[in-house]
Amino acid sequence: MSEITPDLVRHLASLARILVTDQEVEQLAGELGVIVDSVATVTKAVSGDVAATSHPIPMANVYREDVILPSLTQLQALSSAPDSTDGRFKVNAILDED
Amino acid sequence: MTEITSSSAAVLAGLISSKQVSSVEITTAFLDRLEKLNPKTNSYLYFNRENSLAQAKKADQQLADGTAVSPLHGVPIAVKDNLTTTDAPTTAGSKILEGWVPQYDATVVRKLREASMPILGKTNLDEFAMGSSTEFSAYGPSKNPWDLTRIPGGSGGGSSSAIAGHLAPLAIGSDTGGSIRFPAAMTGSVGAKPTYGAVSRYGLIALASSLDQIGPVTNSVMDAAMLQDVIAGHDPHDSTSLPDSLGSMVQSVKEADVKGLRVGVIRQLSSDGFQPGVKACFDDTIEKLAAAGAEIIEVDCPSFEYAVAAYYLILPAEASSNLAKFDSVRFGLRVTPEGNPTIEDVMAATREQGFGPEVKRRIILGTYALSSGYYDAYYGSAQKVRTLIQQDLAKAFTQADVLLTPTAPTTAFKIGEKVDDPLAMYLNDVATIPANLAGIPGISVPNGLASEDGLPSGVQILAPAMQDGQMYRVASIVEKLYTDQWGASLIARVPDLEAL
Repeated sequence: MSEITPDLVRHLASLARILVTDQEVEQLAGELGVIVDSVATVTKAVSGDVAATSHPIPMANVYREDVILPSLTQLQALSSAPDSTDGRFKVNAILDED
Repeated sequence: MTEITSSSAAVLAGLISSKQVSSVEITTAFLDRLEKLNPKTNSYLYFNRENSLAQAKKADQQLADGTAVSPLHGVPIAVKDNLTTTDAPTTAGSKILEGWVPQYDATVVRKLREASMPILGKTNLDEFAMGSSTEFSAYGPSKNPWDLTRIPGGSGGGSSSAIAGHLAPLAIGSDTGGSIRFPAAMTGSVGAKPTYGAVSRYGLIALASSLDQIGPVTNSVMDAAMLQDVIAGHDPHDSTSLPDSLGSMVQSVKEADVKGLRVGVIRQLSSDGFQPGVKACFDDTIEKLAAAGAEIIEVDCPSFEYAVAAYYLILPAEASSNLAKFDSVRFGLRVTPEGNPTIEDVMAATREQGFGPEVKRRIILGTYALSSGYYDAYYGSAQKVRTLIQQDLAKAFTQADVLLTPTAPTTAFKIGEKVDDPLAMYLNDVATIPANLAGIPGISVPNGLASEDGLPSGVQILAPAMQDGQMYRVASIVEKLYTDQWGASLIARVPDLEAL
């Protein structure tokens, strides 16, 4: 059986910055447990001497000329933001005040 | 249905270029039909008559001026709503992006505009393309024109239902584990995933960057080849874009010849787990190819057994990283909880409200797969399986020119049937996932109706990486074996949507 406990789900959700209710935690623990048990079969498929593939078509050192090309203006870049001020994205406090 | 809306894109392109029918007339015919019937199929999330007609008018003017350049000049097209468009909202099927109008066009969209192909609208998808049925769209599921109580496949069910319902002559899809090919099989249409890197991903809202590829969803193999020729090519904005052209797919279709063709049947994807009617259609395709002169060879791909497992580690891992950008800062939804929340509280509340259940499931699964202590066992092993699958395919392609499988294990299932069982939903892509893991091209072509339910079945044709032309060549052969028998395409048999 998998090791997906409600506490682990709560921890993972907080790492992923997703608020979850107790009910969601219970449901996700059950669902993810079944999924993890199933995908864990990959560990049986490979021995140590197989190379890992991260990218299907090998490519390396993809460069372009170091020249300035047209890009979004500051106004355009900010135009979809939920909040902005003085040409910057505006967000809530990054640090807790306590 | 007017003759225009039931015609292939190739025919429409001919009518436009010979000035028998204008792009405005053709675009109007599709707009009339989709405005009337989209409430039944929910194929489109957005359309705008004035905007589409302005593009059509411009195409007609260019034709009059003698400045038309594209073989698909003036032919309208539907675009999956995970591609950015500056003149239409782009939601990726998610509430978190509701109402967002991007500041730049995806490269594929730019190429469609340069080819003077009017965009009819943006098509529905499972949220961030995570799903096989469109039931995970935040804007409701699309319906299959063959039976409106059934799914049109996913994630690109908006595009596939638009094609099968004749609400568009051409559509763009994206395929991470089968999201073009599976919906094509469910709706009797044609769907192609090109070689990874053949089509730029710039402006495609990324699901899993090492697996995603954009491709055509159409009525016919020739239409798909024509569309791939328009959208393919190197793009400096995508560092995984292939540097060299793969040649003309249309030319490959024209060269289709079964003589000397070696067709591989994958032992691991030809027996167990397929609906009997789907298996019967597949066996029929193989018999037809053999009768036409192809050599049939059984090939072995033992690592395919682990493909779905590897995919559902790699995809959530990449997705959990890609979707971190939806953080309520630069675009999209922001939900501010009461009190004196920090930015982390705002992010967590925004992502709680903005993401649906499948997206949350996959982000949390991916976070787990990448977490310290599990990374090597899960993500690391999955990447090694990817190597084994590439090795299996490399060996199989020394024995055969192309590999054939049924595209999907079943025909279209009922809306609601699998939505509460994630694992059952994941297994829909058992035959399509290996191509994404290996980066090779694959196409689904209709090969009949399953005897038990009368719903479409598809055959998948896989070719080696960069040999998209070979894939189109064989797809065209298979298509012709059936159209010769039927006297028309399978889609010609879709029930009359207006009467449903």
